[in-house]
Amino acid sequence: MRFMMFMYPEIEEKDWGPKVDNVEEVAAMGRYNEELRKAGMLLSLDGLQPPSEGGVVSIADGKATITDGPFAEAKEVVGGYWLIQARSKEEALEWASRCPAENCRIEVRRVFEMEDFPQEVQDAVEENFGG
Amino acid sequence: MAEAARAIEAVWRIESARLVAGLARMVQDVGLAEDLAQDALVAALEKWPADGVPDNPGAWLMATARNRAIDRMRRESNFRSKQEEIARETGALFAMERSDFEAAADEEIGDDLLALIFTCCHPLLSREARVALTLRLLGGLTTPEIARAFLASEATIAQRLVRAKKTLREARVPFEAPRGAELDERLPSVLEVVYLVFNEGYAASAGEDWVRRDLCEEALRLGRILAELAPREPEVHGLAALLEIQASRVGARHGPSGEPVLLLDQDRGRWDPLLIVRGRRALQRAEELPGPLGPYGLQAAIAACHARAIRPEETDWVRIAALYDALAQIQPSPIVDLNRAVALGMAFGPEAGLALLDEIEDEKALANNHLLPSVRGDLLEKAGRKDEAAAEFKRAAEVTQNAQERALLLRRARTASTSTPSRGKS
Repeated sequence: MRFMMFMYPEIEEKDWGPKVDNVEEVAAMGRYNEELRKAGMLLSLDGLQPPSEGGVVSIADGKATITDGPFAEAKEVVGGYWLIQARSKEEALEWASRCPAENCRIEVRRVFEMEDFPQEVQDAVEENFGG
Repeated sequence: MAEAARAIEAVWRIESARLVAGLARMVQDVGLAEDLAQDALVAALEKWPADGVPDNPGAWLMATARNRAIDRMRRESNFRSKQEEIARETGALFAMERSDFEAAADEEIGDDLLALIFTCCHPLLSREARVALTLRLLGGLTTPEIARAFLASEATIAQRLVRAKKTLREARVPFEAPRGAELDERLPSVLEVVYLVFNEGYAASAGEDWVRRDLCEEALRLGRILAELAPREPEVHGLAALLEIQASRVGARHGPSGEPVLLLDQDRGRWDPLLIVRGRRALQRAEELPGPLGPYGLQAAIAACHARAIRPEETDWVRIAALYDALAQIQPSPIVDLNRAVALGMAFGPEAGLALLDEIEDEKALANNHLLPSVRGDLLEKAGRKDEAAAEFKRAAEVTQNAQERALLLRRARTASTSTPSRGKS
């Protein structure tokens, strides 16, 4: 099974990303990623640029609106993610708890896989909207 | 409490292989190493629910197991010499923390984990024993889990494991990864074990026990670990590539009622793009290393050709035929020839495929097998030789053991004699 680990760093936007004064943390994170890779668990990962480099699309009643924000509080902003293969939820949580960050929150979510879609849903999609 | 036990089990799954590997280096016996590691797990199950999981659970387990080792030796008569031996090793172990484990894993050879893999897959052991021991010591699977995964009884698997460990102990197999020529000689046995584990999971149908289906993921994991431990071996990357690409099709290879869907008929939108990308990257690593691709690399390259084609019509059959040619040279087999005939037929027209089939028709391995007549029927049908095609499909239907397949072949026999040529399948 697959799990997405969303990382919410508890930092201000101005402190976002790799900096000279946090090389130690950057290196530790690199070792952690390497450990995941060596355990054969890591499928992919990315670090995200601060929210100001992106934007927000809100969809209401099927109508999309693009804004620069508003952004949630700093600690509600995703800083990056790992997609891992794990053998249980507990194993994914254990890996997340080994993250070497100083202050952050990691949300571990199981990924839907093909077989998690009930057969009747798959059939209905196939029938009504083509394969 | 059950929650704590599951958390401990998760830690165990992560740490057990490194733990057993480190202990095996110390005591030079994987069976004893496993017992010591199990003792440490029992201690963790007693302590952690009350005290909490320690900060570095791997180091805690290792320290505990090491102490158990010394305790055990004390109870033995020839305690002194062994105790000194262990005390020497322990000095080094004391200082060993997780980062040191990692540093050790960076060394391509002489590494504990690699030694454990090679020991589990030692040529002295039967194939079944190698598979069971690898899943047990590297996958951290329990005996009941292995039994369920391989549709065998627990007693059978338990006995297989006991015998395997005894064989290794009695032969005094040194705990080390082979080097140089011996590495080349023994690597195929390791790769075969990983591939067998994968295929066992791949053969499982959707309704079967999750332990069985999870074998695919376990094999992928083992393949990726090997690729990190032995990055200079092209076949290691070739195998990893093959597994990633084959696994990408898991969601597409069964129809709604569980019936198998052939490669060319699969809904390619259901192929997992992430695994395809990973597989192609692994294949690229194999290709970039010096030397030609081996059997796994070639099969991965063939799988990658299919993965690249957005629609079946876009498949590069000329390249696939060439890759099967190469595969037939280095690993000749009637099945490879059959696939080659299909590819030749797709690439250069049915006559090219039929010519190859004529060459292999006396092959003993293909007697009483429906594959040869059904491939021939398919090629004849494409060549417009409908009556001959129908006769071949009927012949194939007579020899197949599988009822679903027989029905399909008889249906093809009927349509071959009446309709225009249809798309073939491999």
